[in-house]
Amino acid sequence: MKGRTLVRHGKEGLKNLGRNGWMSFASISAVTIMLIVVGVFLALILNMNHFMSSVEEDVEVRVYVDLTATEEEQKELEQHLHDLEQVERVTYLDKDEGLDQLINSLAEEDQEAFESLRDENPLNDAFILEAEEPQLTEHVAQQAEQLPHIDRVDYGEQVVEQLFNVTSVMRTIGIVLVIGLMFTSMFLISNTIKLTIVSRQKEIQIMKLVGATNGFIRWPFFVEGLLLGVLGSVIPIAAVVSGYSYLYTQFGERLSLDFAELLPAYPLMLQVSLVLLGIGALIGVWGSLMSVRKFLKV
Amino acid sequence: MIEMTDVSKTYANGVNALNNIDVLIEKGEFVYIVGPSGAGKSTFIKMIYREEKPSDGRIMINGHDLTTLKEKHVPYLRRNIGVVFQDFKLLPKMTVFENVAFALEVIEEPRSEIKKRVMEVLDIVKLKNKARFFPDELSGGEQQRVSIARAIVNRPQVVIADEPTGNLDPDTSWEIMDVLEEINKRGTTILMATHNRSIVNTIKKRVIAIESGRIVRDELRGDYGYER
Ligand SMILES: Nc1ncnc2c1ncn2[C@@H]1O[C@H](COP(=O)(O)OP(=O)(O)OP(=O)(O)O)[C@@H](O)[C@H]1O
Ligand SMILES: [Mg+2]
Repeated sequence: MKGRTLVRHGKEGLKNLGRNGWMSFASISAVTIMLIVVGVFLALILNMNHFMSSVEEDVEVRVYVDLTATEEEQKELEQHLHDLEQVERVTYLDKDEGLDQLINSLAEEDQEAFESLRDENPLNDAFILEAEEPQLTEHVAQQAEQLPHIDRVDYGEQVVEQLFNVTSVMRTIGIVLVIGLMFTSMFLISNTIKLTIVSRQKEIQIMKLVGATNGFIRWPFFVEGLLLGVLGSVIPIAAVVSGYSYLYTQFGERLSLDFAELLPAYPLMLQVSLVLLGIGALIGVWGSLMSVRKFLKV
Repeated sequence: MIEMTDVSKTYANGVNALNNIDVLIEKGEFVYIVGPSGAGKSTFIKMIYREEKPSDGRIMINGHDLTTLKEKHVPYLRRNIGVVFQDFKLLPKMTVFENVAFALEVIEEPRSEIKKRVMEVLDIVKLKNKARFFPDELSGGEQQRVSIARAIVNRPQVVIADEPTGNLDPDTSWEIMDVLEEINKRGTTILMATHNRSIVNTIKKRVIAIESGRIVRDELRGDYGYER
């Protein structure tokens, strides 16, 4: 194909967009609506994923050393813990540090009551274990329990397990939802474009009778679909980016308890924008080419 | 140039439009196709540019067998055949200029050449001043002339016209005939289905008469026939 023909197809696609005014508007609206939903879900799911993985990373096993254990026995225990399979890191936390942590985690008015414990610290020295994989936490805890000179092993049994279940369920729901929505809207687009093409069936037939090849007829439709998709992604990108940036500046910092923080707007929004633009262009082109296909058999 | 051997056409609904047609048309000929309404003239014409396929028999154009011609080669066949359709077949969302230009765009002519040639043929059919009009802003006769302009603009080897004067007043009809004769003189083969007695009887050419799907007469320098 010659360059000037490509330019011709571009112009023609653009013209068709204008000449099919309302139909184009309907298609663009359909893309817009579905991309807004996809965009919101994408931002939500990415944040959820981020939240979940930061929670997962925080999962640790605390092994409290028996109060009667000698220093030697404690060393021995540490070595045993190191030797456990699937343990990535072992950190020692003596009872004074443990108390500091405990006091710091409390509300101010309660802190004083605990300050008095500093003289006679009732806590045990502890080792903090991190498993290679968050899912192995329970396994690591069970192994640690078998070792001698241990008071107790603590890893928030149920909490961890439930959290993992919730995470994977949420992820699955999110993915299914986004994929479902994408297919619904692809179907919608291709049907909308099909409607505009049905009304142009006679035109396509005439073009073929005057000597146009299928490719020649298809190109402007390709351009038109691409434009429909790209135009349809403008509002969603603007809405999601500005909405998220607003949320982030409003709540981003305030919400930042150390386990729940929003992903920063950049680069997340750049990624989401590109994904929305890509999906828009893809379904626009796909929809128009799918619908033109069966009308080319004249 | 155009050769039909024992061609028959039965439409999907069972109508038997043509039966056992044998015909040979040489390059550069000018042929009228006459006959009553429903005789099969348009069907005969449509098979030449492959809008319809024969149910039986063989059609050769320029040495190519249309019955075995691959679908993807059909556009190239059509570019050598300019067709003036009985129902015009103009693209409703394109202007007069764009409609005529389309036949040149498909063969990827340069923009400047397209502009020049389109204005030339619009001048010939006297529609230069309506180049920017859309088909539904034109009279029937004007639309017919756009269809003629589109058929001849890429200087095809064959021009097929299905009642090209059907909607024209006598003066314009004669002007269109001048155009067809002119391009015929340059070597273009012309096939023209018509009900126009005075044209056929005045500009004497070969006449093929079809009745009920059969060729009943084929005369060089023939008459329209069919007494009123
Ligand atoms: N697409 C079609 N499907 C079914 N039957 C058709 C079709 N086109 C034409 N026919 C039938 O074929 C026969 C011949 O039609 P055709 O159009 O060739 O006649 P014609 O000689 O061109 O008539 P006119 O002078 O009125 O244009 C008619 O009986 C018509 O009803
Ligand atoms: Mg006819």
